[in-house]
Parts: sequence; C-alpha cells; structure tokens
Amino acid sequence: MIRQEHCKVISQIKLAENIYELTLQGELVHEMKEPGQFVHLKISEGYDPMLRRPISIAEILPDESQFKMIYRAEGRGTALLSEKKPGDYTDVLGPLGNGFPISEAGREETALLVGGGIGVPPLYELSNQLVNRGVKVIHILGFQSASAVFYEDKFAMLGETYLATADGSAGTKGFVTDVINGLKINFDVLYSCGPTPMLKALENQFPHKKVFLSLEERMGCGIGACFACVCHTGDDPDGYSYKKVCSDGPVFKAGEVVL
Amino acid sequence: MNSLNVSLPGLELKNPIMPASGCFGFGREFSQLYDLSQLGAIMIKATTFEPRFGNPTPRVAETSAGMLNAIGLQNPGLEKVVNEELVWLEQFDVPIIANVAGSQEEDYVVVAKKISASPNVHALELNISCPNVKTGGIAFGTIPEIAKNLTKKVKEVSEVPVYVKLSPNVTNIVEMAKAVEDGGADGLTMINTLVGMRIDLKTGNPILANRTGGLSGPAIKPVALRMIYEVSQQVSLPIIGMGGIESAEDVIEYLYAGASAVAVGTANFVDPYVCPKIIGELPELIGKLGYEHISECTGRSWKKHEKAAHYCS
Repeated sequence: MIRQEHCKVISQIKLAENIYELTLQGELVHEMKEPGQFVHLKISEGYDPMLRRPISIAEILPDESQFKMIYRAEGRGTALLSEKKPGDYTDVLGPLGNGFPISEAGREETALLVGGGIGVPPLYELSNQLVNRGVKVIHILGFQSASAVFYEDKFAMLGETYLATADGSAGTKGFVTDVINGLKINFDVLYSCGPTPMLKALENQFPHKKVFLSLEERMGCGIGACFACVCHTGDDPDGYSYKKVCSDGPVFKAGEVVL
Repeated sequence: MNSLNVSLPGLELKNPIMPASGCFGFGREFSQLYDLSQLGAIMIKATTFEPRFGNPTPRVAETSAGMLNAIGLQNPGLEKVVNEELVWLEQFDVPIIANVAGSQEEDYVVVAKKISASPNVHALELNISCPNVKTGGIAFGTIPEIAKNLTKKVKEVSEVPVYVKLSPNVTNIVEMAKAVEDGGADGLTMINTLVGMRIDLKTGNPILANRTGGLSGPAIKPVALRMIYEVSQQVSLPIIGMGGIESAEDVIEYLYAGASAVAVGTANFVDPYVCPKIIGELPELIGKLGYEHISECTGRSWKKHEKAAHYCS
C-alpha cells in the first residue's frame, strides 16, 4: 500500500563524487516488498522545487524500519536533499511502482545484474534478495570513472563483481556490454537498471533470454494519474497502447515497452 | 449544519472542492489513497472521440512555483471512457464533470452528446483551451465567435449543463466569457494553463518534446484571480475557479474573486491527499472569517459587504 509519511533522516553519507547514501526511518518501510520500487520525495517545504523527486530504494532494513537510497546530487532537488542531516525529516510518498520479479530466478540459477551509474542502487536490494533465495548473482557495474564508483565492496560480498568505466580508470575500459562479451558469462535471468542506450543494447543482445529492465522517465505525480511518464508498448509501437513508467513499471520485461 | 454545500447548474456539490481535469486521471489512482465520495465533484481527464496517445516525452518540466505540461490529451477515446471509466466511477457518490475535447466541431458534438447521457455525468466542461494539441483546441478558445458557435452546437446536443473552460492566453478574457454566455453556456471554468517554455542548459533545446507546454501551479494563481475578478463582474454565469490552489486559504481567495467553486490541479501531484485536506480545513476557516456558509464568500472582493470579516489566525 502507498503511504505518505515524514521520515526521519538517520544518516547521510557521501559515497563518491556527487553520490550520496541517505538512510531514512519510517513505518512505510514495512510496505516495501519488491526490489526496484521507488519513493517520491518532497524535498523542500516551498515551491523550489515544486514537484516531488522519484528516487529508487537501494536497501530495505525492516528490523530497523529503515531504508537506504543512493542518489546523485545533480539538480536543484537532489542538491537540497544532500544537505539533509540526521534528525531532519523528509516527506516521503511510497513505496511506488512494480519492482524486479525475483521469482523469475530459481534456486541454483544464475542471475546477471547489470547497472549503469545511478541505475546501480536498486540492484543492491535485488542482489540481497536473490542471494537469500539461493540464486547465484554476478554483477556488472558501469560508471563514468573511478571517482564515481560506489558499493563495489558491498556487491562483491554477494557475488562476482566486475566494473566498467568510460575512461578506464577502474575495471574494464568501455561499456558494461564489453565486460559481458569479454567474460562470455552464462546466465538464466538478466536484471538491469541504467541509461536507456545501455538497456537497449542489452535488450538487443539477449532476445531469447529472460531480461528485466528498469526505466527512468521524468515524472509528475508518481502514481499513474498525470500521464507524464508514458511509453509505447512493444506489440503496438505506433498505436494508442501505453504503459506508465511510474505505476506499470518502472521494471518491464524486455520487449514489453518501446525503449 | 453543512456550511460547504454549493448548488450550481446540474451540480449539487457537498463541498466546492474538486480535482481539476488532467490532474486526476479517471480517479482510479487516487481511489487507492482515499474515498472519492468525499469530493464535491470530479473533473475527469479530457475525452476525445478517437483514442489519443498524446505527445512524446518529456511531457513535464518544472519551474519555480509551477510546472509545464504537454501531455497532449492522452485518453482512451469516447467508447472506453463511457463504457469503462464512467461505469467504474459509479461506485462513488460523487457527480462527474466530463471534460470534452476535440480538433473539429463534429468531434465535440459527438463526444458531448454521448458522454452527457452517462448517468453520473452531471455537467460537461467544454475544453476549448488546451494549449498542447496542434489543431483545433486553441482556436476555439481564442476567437470569440468560434467559441460562441461551438458552445451553441454543444448545448443543442448535451443532456446536462455545459461549462466552458476559458483559456488565459487571450487579450480580452471578458470578451471570451461574454461570447460563450451568448452561446448558451451554463457556467465557466477558468483558467486553463498559460503557454510557457523551459530550455535545457546543456543541450540548448526546449525541455519539453512538444517545445511549449501549459504552465500550472501557484505561479499562475494571481493571473487566474484577476481574470475571475474581471469576468465575474461582467457575466452572470457561475464560475469554477482553478490555478495553483493548494490550501483552504486559496479557496477563499478564489471565492472572494468571484468563483462559486474551485478545482485543484497541480497540488494533487505534490500532496495526493490535498483535496480531502482542504475539505477538512474549510469549515474552521470560514468560521474564523465570520461566515456561516461558504457561498457568502463569492464575489466579496467586489461586492459591498456590511459584515466585516474577522480573521484571527
């Protein structure tokens, strides 16, 4: 169920260049089930920014009624968010959307988790839940450069972890797809979140595999009412059929929507 | 005693608060959050004869105290709205105001005729002011004679009262209001969004794929108040006011300007519970201001009142 709550800031940690990990506490944590869901944050009390900001959930900690988000301070909203301190409160609406279907990966099967930049965070909770189910996980994480890398060690604790950076300052120089091709990885299910060109490349490269992609789009309401984040469906690419990224997604099966 | 009920042509409202068209879909999403029967009415998303996919994304951009949208009247078309969405809405005890849009006169007439026959549609909102569609829409809303004729044609076929939604993107709003009054409109809703633009610093391109979009939110409230203030003194039609409303205080300001009821738009995106919140706060506020019933507020900014208001917050 969707809830609105003023959640308490437990910690705010700078992980990398402009990348922050924010831990919040609130009862709505107990509504969070699937990895890949997001929350919609009203960051300031005033009108600048006016709208909420959708941010993915990186880790759910039900025992402490806490959850973590990792975000990049880029625009006005996220810059203000990065100024929040322990003890402050933030208006949270959530959890929203449909996350990654973990039951698609069976026990002893291998799941390949591919993240790009600020698309990496939701894969952490996903990986945790998959490992708990007895699924073998392999992570391939792409970043701009070594200074933007975060959570490498935490992912490595859960399974094999490979990095790719655009400038070669960490891991393989190039794209995540270069790593996949170089290692000739075998997998049963692929889960991914990151920039659209990366998702497109993965969708094209594995047409016969089970592939689940998390999309990003500018949102208004976050609950499916405003029709801001609409995309065409794969079976009717020029017609009237549509899916809403916020409430039908943000995770879709590859081919379900037009990227 | 109910201090909030309002009677308007076709509409017996429990309270003067309703979500604005385009900001509430057909109610399904918000029904997960609260009982829609609390609302005075619901203005459903614009309906066209054929289904419409709408504009490419990005469809929204933000600005200080407001947002731009260019959704492009996405909707499932007349048949689905009548047979699915309106039927689904029948479970709630709330009158529906159906927003009717089109790109040519025949479209409006066909949609108005059919949708007005739905049992829970108590009024139409004639959308002659959408800034985000390439043909039709805006011409109907900016040329008085065309607006008048369209109103007349829709009135001939509608089974319920017709409210015309006015565009603020005109030089003389009073002239437009008078034209649709001559055309037989039963009421006005105002205002639709103001045409605006934002440009991306990195790419140098407009942020919206449609380039321009409609500005809504608190930024447009003073414009709407001024227009309602002018129009309400010049025409005898009741007005449903809208533009940046997000609190009980805003509602009273709109009524003072000359509105009889109000619609809440963009604020639903920021606080999805804003409509029931405002409904809950209104009785205390009108009491503080010294009124027994909310209808006493309408037009106070230009009517001569003997009763002084005591605002003691």
